[in-house]
Amino acid sequence: MTQVPPSPAVSIRTVSKSFGKGIYAFRVLDDVSLDIGRREFFTLLGPSGCGKTTLLRLIAGFETADSGAIAIEGEDVTARPPFHRPVNTVFQSYALFPHLTVEQNVAFALEEQGMARDAIRRRVGEALEMMRMGAFARRRPAELSGGQQQRVALARALAPRPRVLLLDEPLSALDLKLRKEMQIELKMLQEEAGITFLFVTHDQEEALTLSDRVAVMQSGRILQMGSPREIYEAPTHRFVADFIGDINLLDGEALPGGGVRLDSGTVLPAAHAASGRVTVAIRPERARLVPAGTGALEATLVHSAYLGTAMLHKLELPVGGTFLLRQSDPAEAAPEAGRRVGLSLPGEALRVLAQ
Amino acid sequence: MSVAFRRLCLLSPALLVILLLVGVPLCLMAWVSLLDKGGSAGVDWSSAPSAANYVRLVWEEDFDGTMILNTGYLLIFLRSVALAAVTTVLSLALGLPVALWMASLSRTGRDVMLLLITIPFWTNLLVRNYAWLIILREDGWVSQFVNMLSPWPVQLLYNDAAVAIGLTYSFLPFTILPLYTVFEKFDWRLLEAAHDLGATRRRALRRVVLPIATPGIVAGALLVFIPCLGAFVTPALLGGGKTLMLGNIIQMQFGASRNWPFGATLAVVLLAIMLVVMTAMALWRNRRTA
Amino acid sequence: MSPRRFPFTRETALLVLAYLYVPVAVLIVYSFNANRTATVWTHASVDWYGRILVNPSIQAAAWNSLVIAVCAATAATVLALLAALATRRAFLGRGASEAVLNMPLILPEIVVAVATLILFVSLGVKLGLGAMVAAHTAFCIPFAYLPIRARLEGISGTYEEAAHDLYANRVRTFRRVTMPLLWPGVMAGFTLAFVTSLDDFLTSFFLAGPGMTTLPVYIFSAIRAGISPEINAISAVMLVVSVLLVSLSFFLGRLRR
Repeated sequence: MTQVPPSPAVSIRTVSKSFGKGIYAFRVLDDVSLDIGRREFFTLLGPSGCGKTTLLRLIAGFETADSGAIAIEGEDVTARPPFHRPVNTVFQSYALFPHLTVEQNVAFALEEQGMARDAIRRRVGEALEMMRMGAFARRRPAELSGGQQQRVALARALAPRPRVLLLDEPLSALDLKLRKEMQIELKMLQEEAGITFLFVTHDQEEALTLSDRVAVMQSGRILQMGSPREIYEAPTHRFVADFIGDINLLDGEALPGGGVRLDSGTVLPAAHAASGRVTVAIRPERARLVPAGTGALEATLVHSAYLGTAMLHKLELPVGGTFLLRQSDPAEAAPEAGRRVGLSLPGEALRVLAQ
Repeated sequence: MSVAFRRLCLLSPALLVILLLVGVPLCLMAWVSLLDKGGSAGVDWSSAPSAANYVRLVWEEDFDGTMILNTGYLLIFLRSVALAAVTTVLSLALGLPVALWMASLSRTGRDVMLLLITIPFWTNLLVRNYAWLIILREDGWVSQFVNMLSPWPVQLLYNDAAVAIGLTYSFLPFTILPLYTVFEKFDWRLLEAAHDLGATRRRALRRVVLPIATPGIVAGALLVFIPCLGAFVTPALLGGGKTLMLGNIIQMQFGASRNWPFGATLAVVLLAIMLVVMTAMALWRNRRTA
Repeated sequence: MSPRRFPFTRETALLVLAYLYVPVAVLIVYSFNANRTATVWTHASVDWYGRILVNPSIQAAAWNSLVIAVCAATAATVLALLAALATRRAFLGRGASEAVLNMPLILPEIVVAVATLILFVSLGVKLGLGAMVAAHTAFCIPFAYLPIRARLEGISGTYEEAAHDLYANRVRTFRRVTMPLLWPGVMAGFTLAFVTSLDDFLTSFFLAGPGMTTLPVYIFSAIRAGISPEINAISAVMLVVSVLLVSLSFFLGRLRR
């Protein structure tokens, strides 16, 4: 007997969606396809208006796709209304029902599913305990802090044990400290609950910290999909490289057989299979300061900032444009501002991106 | 069921009720204003439509058949418009400071004032005007006090002043509320800026507060002017049959005079004045904002 | 001094409050005067309240007012609720629909009243209770519509999405989420429609027909006959009822969302 591999938790096939009509039509999703594995923490990352929230709302069923198909654990749900889909959502605004108590909010879906009373009480208790909100069962949402509301929203969405939990920028309303705490908690929760999480955010750091896989979106398309490490270290698009973390981008011409001639004339030994105009990308922490005349590039130091764990140098290239360089040991001696320095750019740190 | 169809099902009952009980009657009334008065029901439905009723507003046929100017109705029209205008100005003059003061209060203070200003609006107009009847009547102590000071006898009731007091009393909340909504959203730092730029309090009021309050002033003026024009209760009680307004002569045609077509004519003219004023206000406002 | 405070605004406001409330207070005080002439204050008494309670024509008029107000306000609230749900989201013709719904607010009441009278008489509709209920329903619709609409605007569509997400279908979502959130607005709308109908004089005056009165119509004809302590007493009762109902609706409208 052959083992049939389980169908993906979420499978999206050539989905497109436009808002508006006629000349006002605006395409928010353009032929998007993707598979999310079971028990995966998957993140849709992109700037606002890239279509990530629309994609989430299509999976939840709040919007209908113009074309394409959506399946959840192998079952086609494209035509199903949201109340017939085995997914639950944590809303950006939490959307806790203000006229119901915490307990009643969490019990809502279970009641709709026609679960027995005892079972509901047990399940609600478990869900609130898991989010450490048991003591607040009788409170109204308005009597809770933002962080507490967040936990209730999670408990409410997890209580019916959905196949996939959809999270629409759930941490964006929290302050930085609470957000960091909730990030860790979310990750642990996902491992504990064993449910697929589909997370939507515009915060690249959050995406990298939490996810098993990230899809970077722009203008209704998925540009790159991969592990956080791949996305960060091996971006395939200029947009992805620029959107995630700090990066230096140098424009030039691809030379046949490897290497790139920058517009300044310098040739960098970067491996590639491209031709024509390209961009060479290098992260600030991968470049090193060397004495003038010994590096691949020459530059003038403009400003150095002490970051505690590192020094961040801002340099001016002779052809114009700035270059960021992160020196991981702040104790190391650094040249004064205004001095000419050399930049060492290791070949394996250079990424060549088609323009 | 499509969204549009569901919406139509939800919306049409209310729209139908209003169209049937407000829209259709107004059209019918305009038609009746062109007919002759008739037997028991007040309208001669078989008469040929003519503008005779409108001519009657201004011209009167003398015994020998010549048309002479009839100023009776014209005077009532003029008085109605004048009283409505005076009431509007008084209401704005009183309403503006009140709205300004309300906006400077704390949240609770605002809520309390809002309730206090709103309550009279919802209480019975008839009863509130009746209260003035008690206060101003001849044997009341206000009247006795005034007559004690005055060298000649003063009648407080049944004149234009009494009607103006009653109308202002009835419709004053209508100016306060729209002005308050403007001032509630007003950015008070603009005033600090005006003071900083050397404007005195009075100049700042004229050059900053009033221009920004214009939409509220226009809305308040319309909300007072229109119901004043059609006022019936106040002139009936406080005007005592001497100070007649449009509303009273309309009612007379449907009551004692039993001349429904002419009553309809008067009502149509009232609507026409109202439309002219509203259009003028709208045009004036558009020109200012353009 | 805060730049918000303008000189004399406080004084004017207090004066205006006095202007609005002193006549009402005088009326209420006089309603407790035992003296029939009402000019001379003898001593306090509730005699007049006792008299109006047992006066059969006042009882009949009050009953008519109540029946009309309950019927008209209920009908207007149902119609307004449906209309408010329909106009929740933008669509072509929403502006026009709302203009029609608010028409009774803008038109002078006497014009609409005589126009309705002409319509009813020309159609052969019998004047009286039924005619008054119909006309009151029409002018109560905007009073019920505005608070419901305002409340609905404060309810984010996300609540309904959340309910769908938690397996409630459209009907269940309306019952469990939309309606409970909307309820204070509906009650406020009903109360305002009820007060408006109860206090209405002009429309009833024209449409009552022979032998039928409502409380305001009764008061008007009584005033015409001269000032009397009974009128003071009924007027005071009407004032208090309106104030209580409006305050109720005000607090319903401010209820936590």
